[in-house]
Amino acid sequence: MAVADEFGVLTKAFTGLGVDEKSLISILGKWHPEHKQSFRKTTRDIFVEDERQFERWDDRHVQKLQQEFLRFKDAVVLWTMHPWERDARLLREAVYKGPKYGILVEIACTRSSEELLGARRAYHSLFEHSIEEDIAFHIHSSEKKLLVGLVSAYRYEGPKYGEEVAKSEAKILKNVIKDGAKKLHEEEEIVRILTTRSKLHLKAVFKHYKETSGNYLDEDLGDHLILKQTVQCLCKPETYFTEVLDVSLKGIGHDFAKEALTRVIVTRADVDLKLIKEEYHHLSGFTLSHKIEEIANGNFKDFLLTLIARGDQEN
Amino acid sequence: MSTLIVPPHVPSVAEDSEQLHKAFEGWGTNEHLIISILAHRNAGQRRAIRHAYAETYGKDLLKDLDKELSSDFERLVLLWTLDPPERDAVLTDEATKKWTKSNQVLVEIACTRPSKGLILVREAYHSRFKRSLEEDVAYHTTGDFRKLLLPLVSSYRYEGDEVNLRLAKSEAKILHEKIKGKHYSDDDVIRIVATRSKAQVNATLNEYKNEFGSDIIKDLEHDDDNEFLPILKATFECLVYPENYFEKVLREAINKRGTDEGALTRIVATRAEVDLKIIKDLYHKRNSVPLHRAIVKDTHGDYEKMLVALIGEDDA
Repeated sequence: MAVADEFGVLTKAFTGLGVDEKSLISILGKWHPEHKQSFRKTTRDIFVEDERQFERWDDRHVQKLQQEFLRFKDAVVLWTMHPWERDARLLREAVYKGPKYGILVEIACTRSSEELLGARRAYHSLFEHSIEEDIAFHIHSSEKKLLVGLVSAYRYEGPKYGEEVAKSEAKILKNVIKDGAKKLHEEEEIVRILTTRSKLHLKAVFKHYKETSGNYLDEDLGDHLILKQTVQCLCKPETYFTEVLDVSLKGIGHDFAKEALTRVIVTRADVDLKLIKEEYHHLSGFTLSHKIEEIANGNFKDFLLTLIARGDQEN
Repeated sequence: MSTLIVPPHVPSVAEDSEQLHKAFEGWGTNEHLIISILAHRNAGQRRAIRHAYAETYGKDLLKDLDKELSSDFERLVLLWTLDPPERDAVLTDEATKKWTKSNQVLVEIACTRPSKGLILVREAYHSRFKRSLEEDVAYHTTGDFRKLLLPLVSSYRYEGDEVNLRLAKSEAKILHEKIKGKHYSDDDVIRIVATRSKAQVNATLNEYKNEFGSDIIKDLEHDDDNEFLPILKATFECLVYPENYFEKVLREAINKRGTDEGALTRIVATRAEVDLKIIKDLYHKRNSVPLHRAIVKDTHGDYEKMLVALIGEDDA
């Protein structure tokens, strides 16, 4: 199909004039980020150019789509949307319809510095507030400080870090954890280290922690879920995402499970889904595709499988 | 409003670069030439000159300036020549590594720059120092100061004009209650001052005045022994009345016995292309003497000449 025709099929699908799901899946399933961007840039009926330099999904259309094709639609919309808008909306939902700490940690910690900044910018456009002000205002639990810190970070992404500092910070973490405070996520030094250090630095801290204590840092934080998730998302996201998939594939039938499955596959398809697949296989003994064949249906299933298959062609 | 005077016909970048190189030649340095060029070029032009200088002579203009000049004059020229985000990165790095409880530079930079400007500073900081500004601030500051400074330098405030009056009223009440109870570093105080948009903070302070009859700035002046209070006060001033804040810092820098050249240099270099004209006018109004006269009285030599040029009062 010619590109113009592909754009036509999609526009029809998103403006509610009847959908050729098979074409939708095969088109979207093979599009690279540039094709999606091209579609967003040229389809003026659905996307508007935002002053903060991303193509924003027109509000009326998003509302209309809420009524349309349920899970399939969710997956498709999430996939087509500009990543900044997508993450801003996920953050907003996590604050206002929850709060869901896991998703806040996930987005703040698995995105690159530039991607997180973009999401914060899109949040300004969409909701006329900053994400940090909304989290600080709506979340009253003790996790607030950690969450505000994580979402406000603009981490250094270069190759340099201080080996000696990483060693001493691994020691600090060891001592704080050993002291066994109940609300570890309130401990100042833990929050400081996790919310400000670069990912490379944190990986070094993780390594020194293992070398000096014999344990993995995320395992030692097992009793403090939010900290465990934070460390995993920052240091080994594929482990975090594998666990989310595992839980959701076992909990199928519950809404949270379908949402999580969709979110992980759609947001990681072009990032590290291949790694996640491998780790999932290692953990569960099943392949991800096999599980999805077993559990999902119809167009939703086909779309997810198409996205998963992308990972095999890339890299 | 900027005080920078750029001549209507500017020599080519190659010419400027050549002249500067000549200024360093032989014995001594032609400071007059340096001032006549650099003090009359905007950020884009200075950037182009640095680039041309590096291409032509294989050297960094800033390093050559550093070699040839000295003391207050050198610092002013170096700070001025840097690109604004880089300049702020250098200033915040100094403020962090030599941090003291009375240092207000971090607050000044975090709160008077526009949201996007602060992001550019953080980017420049990554490039130059191979770490993030927030990790250094978190590491070098402590207690209540860290509690305030870290979110301030990490903020990416919404920049729209929209204001929620109901929220402004309720947050004014919270601020009043906490200040009366001397809970200056309370979580809610920090939350309001570090995350709300500038327009929202402004509206909140107006509601504060309407409801409680006093200026929040005045209410924050009562506790002389409290070291945290001046920083909190500076935060509000920088967010909502930056020109007033800068005028005050200038006034104190000049009046101080011996003059605080550090502050004088910093304010002139960082505001000349932004709002130094407004600050100048405020200074004149408040002190009955024009700023350039006060500067001439208190400084001398090339340092004085460069300052006067940057505030738009030389006749070059």
